[in-house]
Amino acid sequence: MFDIVGFIPRAVVQSIPLLYGSTGETITEKAGNLNLGIPGIMYVGGISGVIGAFLYEQSCKGASMNGFLAVAIPMLFCLVGSLLMGLLYCLLTVTLRANQNVTGLAMTTFGVGFGNFFGGSLIKLTGSDMPSITLSQTSLFFSRKLPFAERLGWFGKIFLSYGFLAYLAIVIAFVCAYILKRTRTGLHLRAVGENPATADAAGINITRHKYIATCAGSMIAGLGGLYYVMDYACGIWSNDAFGDRGWLAIALVIFTLWRPNVSVFASILFGGLYILYLFMPTGTNLAVKELYKMLPYVVTILVLIAVSMRRKKENHPPESLGVAYFREDR
Amino acid sequence: MDNKVAAVKMRDITKTFGATVANDKVWLDIYRGEILALLGENGSGKTTLMNMLSGIYFPDKGQIFVDGREVSIRSPKEAFDLGIGMIHQHFKLVDVFSAAENIVLGLKGSGRLDIDEVAKNVKAICEEYGFEVDPYQKIYDMSVSQKQQVEIVKVLYRGADILILDEPTAVLTPQETDKLFAVLRNMRDLGKAIVIITHKMHEVEELSDRVAILRHGSFVGDMLTKTTNAQEMTNMMVGHAVVLDIDRPEPKDPKPRIRVEGLTVRDIEGVVKLDNVSFTANSGEILGVAGISGCGQKELLEAIAGLQPIESGSIKYICDDGREDELIGKDPLSIQSLGVSLSFVPEDRLGMGLVGSMDLTDNMMLRSFRRGRSLIADRKTPKKLAEKVVEELEVNTPGVSTPVRRLSGGNVQKVLVGREISSAPTVLLTAYAVRGLDINSSYMIYDLINKQKEKGVAVVYVGEDLDVLLELCDRILVLCGGKVSGIVDGRGASKRDVGMMMTRLGGAANE
Repeated sequence: MFDIVGFIPRAVVQSIPLLYGSTGETITEKAGNLNLGIPGIMYVGGISGVIGAFLYEQSCKGASMNGFLAVAIPMLFCLVGSLLMGLLYCLLTVTLRANQNVTGLAMTTFGVGFGNFFGGSLIKLTGSDMPSITLSQTSLFFSRKLPFAERLGWFGKIFLSYGFLAYLAIVIAFVCAYILKRTRTGLHLRAVGENPATADAAGINITRHKYIATCAGSMIAGLGGLYYVMDYACGIWSNDAFGDRGWLAIALVIFTLWRPNVSVFASILFGGLYILYLFMPTGTNLAVKELYKMLPYVVTILVLIAVSMRRKKENHPPESLGVAYFREDR
Repeated sequence: MDNKVAAVKMRDITKTFGATVANDKVWLDIYRGEILALLGENGSGKTTLMNMLSGIYFPDKGQIFVDGREVSIRSPKEAFDLGIGMIHQHFKLVDVFSAAENIVLGLKGSGRLDIDEVAKNVKAICEEYGFEVDPYQKIYDMSVSQKQQVEIVKVLYRGADILILDEPTAVLTPQETDKLFAVLRNMRDLGKAIVIITHKMHEVEELSDRVAILRHGSFVGDMLTKTTNAQEMTNMMVGHAVVLDIDRPEPKDPKPRIRVEGLTVRDIEGVVKLDNVSFTANSGEILGVAGISGCGQKELLEAIAGLQPIESGSIKYICDDGREDELIGKDPLSIQSLGVSLSFVPEDRLGMGLVGSMDLTDNMMLRSFRRGRSLIADRKTPKKLAEKVVEELEVNTPGVSTPVRRLSGGNVQKVLVGREISSAPTVLLTAYAVRGLDINSSYMIYDLINKQKEKGVAVVYVGEDLDVLLELCDRILVLCGGKVSGIVDGRGASKRDVGMMMTRLGGAANE
């Protein structure tokens, strides 16, 4: 019998970094910026949090840590780190109008290199034998669960067994969906991504909207990196462990047709597909495992095919996605 | 009427772009309760002048007064604040938004957007002036005329009482134009000031109260419409006397060139676009194609040029020696090598035939790059051709290495038509060749087409302006809903008959 109660929580913890990443990328793309630097930004978000936590743990030196600071400092580091990445991306693509794809890919390469460099340095500093940094004390604060969750049986396990960042991810996703759909800001943001010339003529500041959406999106995505290290990986940073989650987050954006509220559920599906191989019956050929890991991408391709066959305009990517805007260009 | 205060006064407005002077010391007054037609050739600075009023450009010199107060308009928003709204030739609408969302775009207000509230206000405006806009309809579902109405409502929603319309009728059918004019008159009677930019004489005469004329960026004069006539306005616009009659030489030795029989075409959704169409196009003759837009004109030309999959029927090309060649099943390239040339001017002018970011020479090369044996494409001949086209058709361009999209609309068309004609075709298919062109350029194009006809080319001319079709074409094929409503002789037909045939199969048969 398939262990549903065991499977769902694992799928959910797997899904949270994807949800952060896809929410961030969605609002970025809605403003017309195709930020392929998201994997790098999530990576930077993770390592920045690690640096913050590392500094705080070192300064405490065994003395008991303040719970609030133990959470706030890594978060602040994470947000600032990913904000800087977002600003860099905007500077290059919005202000200097560099090609978005090239810039994004470069940012990903840069972000991963940046993370591995500082990750490696911290590992050297701690002088541990393992190629990883363990911040288990900070992690405890991040993954603290509701005290009564244990007592609620399967209900508690499926719904209440996660750290606060998981719930924050869901709240952010729903808030973003609301903003995009129901508010003036959201309307303006979408207009910028669909048709910047029109938005400009309507008196909407294109540059400001693109900067704000991209930077906010980067910060949200960065939190995904932080969640991954602090909660999912129990505070253990090792280089390259984050894997291809960033790309999966971008695939998720397409899969959900640019809807953060759908992403809440779709990310759990992706998370589930991502770890499905762990639940294979024992004795299956290990080579099949890699095929299972392919599933999220296969599903994305299927959705793309279905959407392009239905040809409904609302389901298309923002029309000027990936195109820099220049007022005097005809 | 004498003590009317001008809503807008423009004084000594000058604007230059690099070396070109777009406007030179222009004076213009706009009054409330009046429709002003701003008349001028392509590139005479009409749009530039109005863009300065709507905040898109800023004048280099000069003053603008709104209601007697001097103002400086630095952005479209500031223009809105002064009650000035402009409806551009290319609509500024977001396709995936509904009408209401587009109308409210950019406006300040409460953070939460109550789209039903907006829709209610939009409906109220529609009722007041007589628009037919569904606030919840998505823009991509709308016809051109509906989109235009959304644009106008958008401007009114912002409280504009000075409206500027840039060539509003260029993309409308005659019926839609009538509807628009009714609405505009309505708005005038409610005290709005309206400026329409145009170069269609009969529109000026039909709609406007006053007309102001620009020539090469300078203000030539303004007068009451009822005190002038088309001839005088044209002369002022062009700067010298122009003959307003289109030449129509008798066809010389017409022989069947293209014979279409039972042609049926469906579009991608399976809708019948052409239904059992049969006709013959003769050499040395201009065959006009009339019809309400979207009645299969485009499909007809594309079918002949080999760009449109055909369900049934035949299209025969008849050579000089009487041999017949079936065109169906041939690829566009081999049809072209028979001498069938398509010059199609779509709504956005650059969609078909020319590549906007390439310069004139490269666009000429699109037709000729396959010629010659050498591995390296020949650039000299196309360059000469480009220079020839620029010179003969008086294309207004800094040089042949300017990207085509930087040229103004009329000049783009001249380049396209010029290139097609230069390939010495035996069949010339043109659609909307003069769309958006001023009188002078239009006549130049008619002249070119006539020259082709005299050379023995079979010309198929799809046009919008019935007056022109009746004056230019030897025979007119009238399409109605994809069917042939009739083929009439251009010399005898009346505008009314053709108009009836456009709207009903066989025309007045049921009367």
